[in-house]
Amino acid sequence: MPGPYRETDLTEKVEAFLSDLKRGGSGTGPLRGSAETARETTALLRRITAQVRWSSAGDLMEVIRKEGRRMSAAQPSETTVGNMIRRVLKIIREEYARSRGSSEEADQQESLHKLLTSGGLSEENFRQYFTALKANVIEAINELLTELEGTTDNIAMQALEHIHSNEVIMTIGRSRTVEAFLKDAARKRKFHVIVAECAPFCQGHEMATSLSKDGIETTVITDAAIFAVMSRVNKVIIGTQTVLANGGLRAVNGTHTLALAAKHHSTPLIVCAPINFLFISGEILSKVNVHCPVFDYVPPELITLFISNIGGHAPSYIYRLMSELYHPEDHEL
Amino acid sequence: MADSGVSGGADKKDNIEREKIEGKELTKEEKQRLRKEKKQQKKGKEKKDASLPQVSVAETAAPASQLKAERRARQEAERTSKQSKKGDTGQPATTSKPKIPPNELQPVVKRLPEHIQVDDPDVLKKLAKKLERQQIPRRLDYGYKVSLFSHLLQYSRKAPLTQQLSIPSAVIHPAIVRLGLQYSQGIVAGSNARSIALLHAFKQVISDYTTPSNEELSRDLVNKLKPYISFLNQCRPLSASMGNAIKYIKKEISNIPSQFKEDDAKKKLLNCIECFIEEKIVLAAKAIAKSSIEKINDGDVILVYGCSSLVNHILCEAFEKGRKFRVIVVDSRPRLEGREALRRLVQKGISCTYVLISAVSYILPEVSKVFLGAHALLANGYVMSRVGTSQIALVAKAFNVPVLVCCETYKFCERVQTDSFVSNELDDPDDLIVTRKGETQLKDWQQVPRLGLLNLVYDVTPPDFVDLVITDLGMIPCTSVPVVLRVKNVDLL
Repeated sequence: MPGPYRETDLTEKVEAFLSDLKRGGSGTGPLRGSAETARETTALLRRITAQVRWSSAGDLMEVIRKEGRRMSAAQPSETTVGNMIRRVLKIIREEYARSRGSSEEADQQESLHKLLTSGGLSEENFRQYFTALKANVIEAINELLTELEGTTDNIAMQALEHIHSNEVIMTIGRSRTVEAFLKDAARKRKFHVIVAECAPFCQGHEMATSLSKDGIETTVITDAAIFAVMSRVNKVIIGTQTVLANGGLRAVNGTHTLALAAKHHSTPLIVCAPINFLFISGEILSKVNVHCPVFDYVPPELITLFISNIGGHAPSYIYRLMSELYHPEDHEL
Repeated sequence: MADSGVSGGADKKDNIEREKIEGKELTKEEKQRLRKEKKQQKKGKEKKDASLPQVSVAETAAPASQLKAERRARQEAERTSKQSKKGDTGQPATTSKPKIPPNELQPVVKRLPEHIQVDDPDVLKKLAKKLERQQIPRRLDYGYKVSLFSHLLQYSRKAPLTQQLSIPSAVIHPAIVRLGLQYSQGIVAGSNARSIALLHAFKQVISDYTTPSNEELSRDLVNKLKPYISFLNQCRPLSASMGNAIKYIKKEISNIPSQFKEDDAKKKLLNCIECFIEEKIVLAAKAIAKSSIEKINDGDVILVYGCSSLVNHILCEAFEKGRKFRVIVVDSRPRLEGREALRRLVQKGISCTYVLISAVSYILPEVSKVFLGAHALLANGYVMSRVGTSQIALVAKAFNVPVLVCCETYKFCERVQTDSFVSNELDDPDDLIVTRKGETQLKDWQQVPRLGLLNLVYDVTPPDFVDLVITDLGMIPCTSVPVVLRVKNVDLL
């Protein structure tokens, strides 16, 4: 068995991924979209599951947690990495529980009764060995990967429900999700898009050229003109870096101003974000500490709707989705 | 039979009634006719009055008719060649609405401003004729205009109007030509600077002026100034402060009594202009600085936006008086005027921070006050200022930070406006193009059919975002602007 060879190959891949993350954060490396990062992380985790020696679920979870901590440390602001790790950990728990034969609901529901009588689950140390566990876990991770690959399309498919003809839509910066969303709607409807350029990186310019090449009427404005133009805008559609557990956002610089202007004019603010963007921020639900003002915190009162690959939700529903996606014990990696 | 009788009777009754009604109508019609005749007589009188100054213009233009014809032919040739190149089917410059006879209008309704009717072809033709008469070249629109703003002009800085003038220009004074170039290239920018430059140029014009033999100075000088003002308007649309300054000068000129000798009259006018600059701009700045310093406390963190000469003056004065504060300068693309403000403040020794406008909500929790300058204060309490000001006021309001606007009274304007669309200025769209990471995304934006770039210059801030307006008359709320205007008008009369 070419065990050692495969392991070094694996560590090489992990190192390459880590250095990519570090470079991507500093702005000098290739700027990757969050969806891409999520996909690569998941693919890497699948490799780890397949190649690293582990005997029980507990070992696997330890390995993944260790690697996960390294990855998160490489780029703290890229939260999708941590999210994917938590999703995979949840998958492992589920598969383990299924193999053991206990029902999933009993594991997950935090009913009052369960809280009083629990104690049993926390003693679970995942020591039992199941032959089919590895295959099951890998299969589940594959499902996760296909889900990730389809998120942008799923979101884009909902576009026609939200955009009618002759609308004026405003967006800021560049988000691949929003781009796909608008292009999908443009196939059937005619509308006008105003893009705020989002200095200093001016990613809005790329968005505008890409949209206009697809036949959408686009206008580029400076960040200073957002409020001036807002009175003629029907909807504001933005993408985001992260969605927080309280329904707030961590998004690109300038989004808070955009949200305030939309609130003043009572314009609906719609956020397009795949479900893997949800992030647990723990106790700190007020202003998020960022390392440099590359991101803005937008409180949930300013947001009208979230559109994700599983449909539309109000900001007040986000906490529920969080509990379905991640297990509470994985909040701290 | 019975029916016919009845109907006959009914007819008779109708006839009588009809006659009565017709009689009444006749008398009504007669009355209306009389009224119309009276109105027409009045109109005839006023038309005669109005035609007098036009006659004098025609007289002065008569000797230059040959030159005029040549120029016209040259301009037509240039225009057709340019149009054939660009394929423009004409959204050129601006016009004014035809003057409605005054007795059918309320006295307060004014003529619609010139530069916001670019999408009306009749209006454009009228302006073209007017400019031809004044022998001023017309500036052509540039690039694809965003449909929301098709009623405004959009020029390119690379094609200044002065290129179309011959040297030396027989019609326009060289000081005015220089001024026009400085405006269109952005060398002189900021409403105070533009007004002062305008007044200095007019001083030059007045001192070089000689009255023609059979003319009165008071009427002729005003007419001489009209083509200059059109020219400057073509170079860059006039600001509210410049408009007020011009009104003042015209009034002073027309009030010169006819028995004054030319030298005395010129001296008086130059004196008036000096007074205007001294009182309305320099002393006003001092008064505003004095009031504002009371509002600045030790330990304050003050946020300013862009480069306002008045706000910079206030901060420098406060620093000299010994107040301890620090300043955050907010800047925005594409003009990046904040760098100039930063330079001035740092030279004085004030500690400053610099951010772009997208970081405003990040930095606002540290700020204790916001000081903003204004381009004009409108009669409904809205503040017209550099684009981005309303955004800063909005975010400051959301964080409960007081917003103070500093503005001299000569910038108060009788216009009303509620949004930034109806009347604005569109700057050169090419300014938005930028190179990041070696790529210029928007380099060929003209070739992309559906892409537009919007470079707004001004926006309006609603009065509920502004807490206080500091003027040379004192500190007033935004809603008291029409009161000040009325008081000013009473003074002028």
